[in-house]
Amino acid sequence: MKDLKYKLTTGDYVFNSINYVVLTLFTLTCVIPFYYLFINTISDNTLVTKGLIVWLPQGIHFANYIQILKIDGLFNSVLVSVGRTVLGTVLTLVGTTFLGYAFSRPEFWKRKIWYRFVLITMYFNAGIIPWYINMKNLGLLNNFLAYIIPSIVAPFSLILFKTYVESIPSSLEESADMDGAGYMTKYARLIMPLSKPIVATLAVFSAVGQWNSFTDTLFLMTDPKYYSLQYMLYQYLNESNALADSLRQAAAAGSQVNLATVLTPTGVKMTISMVVVIPILCVYPFLQRYFVNGIMLGAVKG
Amino acid sequence: MVGFKRLLNQQGFRLFLMSSPLLILVFVFSYMPLYGWIYSFYDYKAGRDLFSTDFVGLKNFKMMFTDHYAVTNILRVMKNTLGMSFLGIVTSVFPMIFAILLSEIRNLRFRKTIQTLVTIPNFISWVLVYSIAYAMFSTNDGLLNRILINNGIRDEGINFLASGNHVWLTMLGYGIWKGLGWGAIIYIAALTNIDAEQYEAARIDGAGRLKMTWHITIPGLLPTFFVLLLLSIGNLLNNGMEQYFVFQNAMNKDSIEVLDLYVYNQGMVGYDYSFATAVGMLKSVVSVMLLFFANFLSKITRGESVM
Repeated sequence: MKDLKYKLTTGDYVFNSINYVVLTLFTLTCVIPFYYLFINTISDNTLVTKGLIVWLPQGIHFANYIQILKIDGLFNSVLVSVGRTVLGTVLTLVGTTFLGYAFSRPEFWKRKIWYRFVLITMYFNAGIIPWYINMKNLGLLNNFLAYIIPSIVAPFSLILFKTYVESIPSSLEESADMDGAGYMTKYARLIMPLSKPIVATLAVFSAVGQWNSFTDTLFLMTDPKYYSLQYMLYQYLNESNALADSLRQAAAAGSQVNLATVLTPTGVKMTISMVVVIPILCVYPFLQRYFVNGIMLGAVKG
Repeated sequence: MVGFKRLLNQQGFRLFLMSSPLLILVFVFSYMPLYGWIYSFYDYKAGRDLFSTDFVGLKNFKMMFTDHYAVTNILRVMKNTLGMSFLGIVTSVFPMIFAILLSEIRNLRFRKTIQTLVTIPNFISWVLVYSIAYAMFSTNDGLLNRILINNGIRDEGINFLASGNHVWLTMLGYGIWKGLGWGAIIYIAALTNIDAEQYEAARIDGAGRLKMTWHITIPGLLPTFFVLLLLSIGNLLNNGMEQYFVFQNAMNKDSIEVLDLYVYNQGMVGYDYSFATAVGMLKSVVSVMLLFFANFLSKITRGESVM
């Protein structure tokens, strides 16, 4: 990075100003949508319907978030999404890092061949129909395992981890060898503790991937029991009017309700969107600094 | 037997055995689907046993090139696929430009904040992007239309989402919005690797900022750019389907349907497994050829392979 001090010319000032403006504008387009969704979900729903909530929230309430979990199947889909994210991430980390560690050992039997065997799958796949047929033959349609088992070995993460392990001084492993440690011991007691930063990066990749995954539900699951949050969101984006009507009727039947806090079609869409995005917004900024390092370590060279 | 026993005594072989359950998983989920290619040689009907249906040989492949209806559709879909991939490649300089602009910001806190915020869209799903597009641009609830109407600029909202015009450009726009910050990270990483002494030397020689960017920064980033560019050749046909699936509607269907989405629509929606498999199979084969081509290009231009 250039951080040299020198006198600024007029041209520099012009460039700097334009640069600040351009970057700020683009940043705003990345932030405003989330803000807009958020203020609409916490504002008086009658005002939202009239289109009056544009810059600031009014009549703040959090009833939307409570009501939305009462919608049929929505709470269940939160469980599915959380479940696949947690289990999927743990299994991917264990599987991918162990294989990555194994591939970092030069004595691995036919290492080059097996490493290629795994890497090729990044670039080549049979296509979606054969993939679907395969999953069907394995009995993974309408099966929660379909979310977590296929992702256990993640080739891209494997490259990152292998590269990282190779940068650990080999003398450390040699001294563990002297103490008579086997592969499992070295992996669990030596490699994993030394690899925390890269493991954190891979955990985020995997968790975000699991949380955001949509097409696997679309292809494999017909039983609403296995619908993920993303899939529910997609459904509501396409057919939320009917749903909100029924909500409204149910609410009106209970009489004495405050219309300002009764879910509307718009409210349903926006609130589910926020439920989907809030976990990411909460976790991401804290882990962001790892990415640059993680990416630098091995993304370009396989 | 003796050979196997000797193998068992080797540490490396034991390590292989310990890893084998994971290698089997890779085989089961990435190699076994290849068996499904057999469907393209049959006239498969959904719900029936494959081998009770007719073996038709290359009929499904011939159809792609001779059947008038299929040819028209495939040409249309290929145009969309290549068109959008091409626009993606042309705009792949944006992350590099963005990284350079960002590096010109002296205020460290401002720079970090921007970098964090513009990367967020990368971490949300396409469904959510669609939801956000809906919140921003829909006729009734869209922020843009609300501003236009509330300020009396227009009486009625414009339905940006249902428009069949400029679909390629809007899809490109969403792609850039989602991917720019993330794409820039690799260049930001590359920027830190450029030797600061080069800048110092250039300063002493009287180079201004523009000159330093042109003669030091850009050449420093180009190798990274070329690697990514070459890889994108291998991915020419793989623009995925999620984005186009969530954004497709009756108005834009003709120009949004890319190869992957076409295969999905033919196979999973239209139940024409055999034909869809044949199309997908040809796509996979062409993709691998493109990848080898990209690798070959990389070898002759950089003396290094990308794979």
